[in-house]
Amino acid sequence: MDAILLQILNGLDKGSAYALIALGLTLIFGTLGVVNFAHGALFMIGAFCAVTLQKLLNLSFETLDETQKDFLGNPLKVETPYVEAWFGPEVGATIIDWSVPLAILFAIPIMLLVGYVMERGLIKHFYKRPHADQILVTFGLAIVLQEIVKYFFGANPIQTPPPDALSGSVDLGVMVGFDPNAIIYPIWRLVYFGFAVGIIGAVFSFLQFTTFGMVVRAGMADRETVGLLGINIDRRFTIMFGIAAAVAGLAGVMYGPLNPPNYHMGMDFLVLSFVVVVVGGMGSLPGAVLAGFLLGILESFASTTWATTTIPGINQIIIYLVAIVVLLTRPRGLMGRKGVMEE
Amino acid sequence: MLGLNKKDTSLLIIVALLTLLAPFILNPFPEGSAMAQFNAGYPDLMQRFVIFGIFAIGFNILFGLTGYLSFGHAAFLGVGSYSAVWMFKLLSYNVIPAIALSVVVAGLFSLLIGFVSLRRSGIYFSILTLAFAQMSFALAYSVLSNPKFNLTNGETGLQVYADDPQILQGANAPDLPHLFGLPMRATYTMDLGAWSFDFNAGYYLCAVILMVVFYLAIRIFRSPFGMMLRAVKSNQQRMNYTGLNSKPYTLAAFVISGMYAGLAGGLMAAMDPLAGAERMQWTASGEVVLMTILGGTGTLIGPVLGAGFIKYFENIFSKINDNVLHSWFAFLPDGLEDAVVFLIHPFIGKGWHLTLGILFMLVVIYLPGGLVEGGQRLLNWFKRKKTKSDDAPSGKTEPAE
Amino acid sequence: MTNKSVTRRGVLKSGAVAGTGLALPTIFTASSAAAYTNEPTGSSVVLGFNVPQTGPYAEEGNDELLAQQLAVEHLNGEGDGGCLNTFTSKALKGNGILGKKVGFVTGDTQTKSDAARASAKSMIEKDGAIMINGGSSSGVAVAVQGLCQEAGVIFMAGLTHANDTTGKDKKANGFRHFFNAYMSGAALAPVLAAEMGKERRAYHLTADYNWGWTQEESIVASTEALGWETVNTVKTPLASTDFSSYIAPVLNSGADVLVLNHYGGNMVNSLTNAIQFGLLDKVANGKDFKIVVPLYSELMAAGAGENIKGVLGSMNWNWQLQDEGTKAFVKSFGEKYGKPPSNSAQTCYAQVLLYADAVERAGTFNPCGVVEALEDFEFDGLGNGPTLYRGADHQCFKDVLVVRGNENPTNEYDTLEIVEITPRAQVEYDPEHPMFAGGELGECNPGA
Repeated sequence: MDAILLQILNGLDKGSAYALIALGLTLIFGTLGVVNFAHGALFMIGAFCAVTLQKLLNLSFETLDETQKDFLGNPLKVETPYVEAWFGPEVGATIIDWSVPLAILFAIPIMLLVGYVMERGLIKHFYKRPHADQILVTFGLAIVLQEIVKYFFGANPIQTPPPDALSGSVDLGVMVGFDPNAIIYPIWRLVYFGFAVGIIGAVFSFLQFTTFGMVVRAGMADRETVGLLGINIDRRFTIMFGIAAAVAGLAGVMYGPLNPPNYHMGMDFLVLSFVVVVVGGMGSLPGAVLAGFLLGILESFASTTWATTTIPGINQIIIYLVAIVVLLTRPRGLMGRKGVMEE
Repeated sequence: MLGLNKKDTSLLIIVALLTLLAPFILNPFPEGSAMAQFNAGYPDLMQRFVIFGIFAIGFNILFGLTGYLSFGHAAFLGVGSYSAVWMFKLLSYNVIPAIALSVVVAGLFSLLIGFVSLRRSGIYFSILTLAFAQMSFALAYSVLSNPKFNLTNGETGLQVYADDPQILQGANAPDLPHLFGLPMRATYTMDLGAWSFDFNAGYYLCAVILMVVFYLAIRIFRSPFGMMLRAVKSNQQRMNYTGLNSKPYTLAAFVISGMYAGLAGGLMAAMDPLAGAERMQWTASGEVVLMTILGGTGTLIGPVLGAGFIKYFENIFSKINDNVLHSWFAFLPDGLEDAVVFLIHPFIGKGWHLTLGILFMLVVIYLPGGLVEGGQRLLNWFKRKKTKSDDAPSGKTEPAE
Repeated sequence: MTNKSVTRRGVLKSGAVAGTGLALPTIFTASSAAAYTNEPTGSSVVLGFNVPQTGPYAEEGNDELLAQQLAVEHLNGEGDGGCLNTFTSKALKGNGILGKKVGFVTGDTQTKSDAARASAKSMIEKDGAIMINGGSSSGVAVAVQGLCQEAGVIFMAGLTHANDTTGKDKKANGFRHFFNAYMSGAALAPVLAAEMGKERRAYHLTADYNWGWTQEESIVASTEALGWETVNTVKTPLASTDFSSYIAPVLNSGADVLVLNHYGGNMVNSLTNAIQFGLLDKVANGKDFKIVVPLYSELMAAGAGENIKGVLGSMNWNWQLQDEGTKAFVKSFGEKYGKPPSNSAQTCYAQVLLYADAVERAGTFNPCGVVEALEDFEFDGLGNGPTLYRGADHQCFKDVLVVRGNENPTNEYDTLEIVEITPRAQVEYDPEHPMFAGGELGECNPGA
């Protein structure tokens, strides 16, 4: 029982990342009809926003310490972050400690801007082009973005630890009456899940309860008619692209403490997020979220010893197997609309 | 000629000349000169150009004609390679049975996957093919290489070991892939002054096969069957309403392109008897999609150009390092030399991905029809320059086929 | 990128590196007059450095490249000579190899066997490389080793740790300076027993491919021989980026040690996840929970950051060693590049010198001569103390290091501290050991 609960937690956690990325992807499909292969790169850029902020906060001046030696036997250079020099060591250290949550504030404007520039500068010209061209150009963009990050940050993963207060794990099992050590779960993973639920909720309520959101939904359903009503739907779709980029970026910022970011993390998620979107059904936001969590949970269960001894290799293929089964039984994924991306 | 019209015949002749003379065309710079870095006329790369050309031509029969975008074609290439190496292990190093089996097995495998995947269309079809290919990759990489049932030899790649049966291997036959005794690696090097040209047996085998399958592709494009496939692309619904069942046609196209992929895989193994699982990964499937779009979807020659373009950057640009740059720009004053090298540095060597990414974007932004359109524009430009006529350029370029 | 005027001047000054062209690519030529593949005929000789420059191991490949460039400088008599001064064999004079100036070409393996073979082939066919050096994965090493055997050039693997490279996939033209999974187990087990006791229950997470399996097999065998029990061995897909679902059940399994048979990004993530789950703060079976990472590298340690503190593992070499060879190399590398070298860099550096030395001693570039000179060659002065290149399987034997994540690093480079230098005798094994049996070295192949 505890093992099952544990894997459900893991699944929800994995699913959070899948759902957030897939949500942005499907928003872009739904509004602009663009196959965005650079969406994984946006997730990666988000994570590197946190890395950058961490580096900025750690910007230091050097002083020579004659008492210690570096690896070549020269006097050791001791680095003191400016932040600590300005705000005093304690406040400075706290600010550095909280760099990941702070990076959320830092990342939102950056991601909105990146999304806006991407849409206006590049994607805009590809609305009328075949999907194949969209794939080629966004894939090229993804490579370029990824190589730029690699040029500045290297290929090695970079640790972005959570704040001390939120690192470590809690014994959830004890709280609900299990034995100690039965269900131990890292705090940051719980934070991530909560954060994902919050973001998903915010996006849905934005689309559901604001006028802007209503127009966007109308535009998704019938772009032409909304245009005929004299509404500048393009502008709104551009903003939606920015929002989708920001959602992917924030998913990336918060993901850093779970697994240290590296330049190819976007590509690692790209294929998976497409599978999630399609299993959810093209153009369906709830579908994307549902499929994200579903695949996350199934993936977690497939990796248990019980599953891998029953069917060897099931943990390697579960996502794809599920995708095939879903698509063969439900032609348009779980909640897809008819006629979207079917030709 | 051969049942082709004049335009197609000349296209075929051009392709034949290009492939047969490739050792000269690809080695334009004298041996030992600084520009020799850009020479691509060595056997391995020439073979790769042709093999990936075959792969892309096949892919284009499916994608270019029917519009069905498969994201899993690398699986067929991988299966082809594995079958070929298994033939080497079990029968002999003769490449003929190996290549034959790789085409057959890839055909059967694509029949299976195509039959299931073609029940959906659009992106649903793409994801189905992707899922099948990724499953094949994951299984080949690990589960199918366990010691009890080692079908793929996993990470290391399937290779021929000394204790393999090789029941038909003659006592005198070469201990590497050969065509009735002619080793695929046999190379005749011709030195002409400062130039040097390699004529490789394996390359010419691939080249002859390329010409054959290119001819077949032309025939398919021009046949009623090809017409039917185009109809699928332009409006499948209308086609279905007229009472035609399009599925047999798309499935046939799928299997044909799968067999092309298997042939390419078999040839790869014949040139170099090792089959690795990465050949089936989604990035490999993505690569052939990029090749086709980059070259010009739906055109005959485009995919071959796209394949050559990508493989050239992968193999030539990745090998340029700072030392090479310094030797090129040694004529500049020291400070300037370093500055130039510094500026170019991010784009070469380990930065070849960046260059490729930028070129993808430039090509698709400025040449919507791919490299073929670029070629046509150049051609038109030359024509105009020659005749000095001020005819307005034809607004739309015809698809080159 | 270049224009014609560049070409012309470039030709004049091409001597530095592009001596390349002087050796004609006669490889695989049926009717060649050369005695062996890529016989250098001019005043220079070309080595091929084939390392991952893109993909997850790009940093490691980059480090290897730097070290190899340094080795070429030292061979050509530039720089401070590095290990040439400490190497016990004095055949190298700093005037190139056999009087020929050493040039090199570089390529990108992408950590894929196909790409690595393509790159190596282009070096052999196009640039006339006489040997291939470097790399950062066992799959790639085995694939390229096979190619070099067929082509008739010498291959010296870079970072490859699977038993198979000098086990069932060994080849006469290939040599490995790096240690292997068996040696990791043999070196680690006594230290583990001493630090954690003989009554431990281990849980293995293993990357699901060839290297992972051989390492798991080696570690299980050597720890069980000391009395440990293996609770479970779980295979994780190579493509995994998140290991939470594999880590979560560990605490409830009755195990008190977690062994991570992962490398590179897999290891960084699985270790990070294990720390997140608080494994190291727990007590199981009345003992403090421990984590072991059998194969460490400096770059992994950097990627894992704080998480490696106190975690034990093994290494081929470390820049903090105090022997003369190590000191000379670290000084040379550190002064040139401003950071200490990684153990894969040291491996590639040592291999280049060893190859050059073997050629000098053999008096020929002929691979068969080189193989003969390297087989059962004993030397010292390149780090790790007295070292043997065993003739039976072309595996190198030298001291192996057991290291631990440093609790209090003083700078960004001493993230690992040396716990023990396991003497060579303790990690030696019979060439016919079951974990290595099955392959055949075969005959050396000079090609041509």
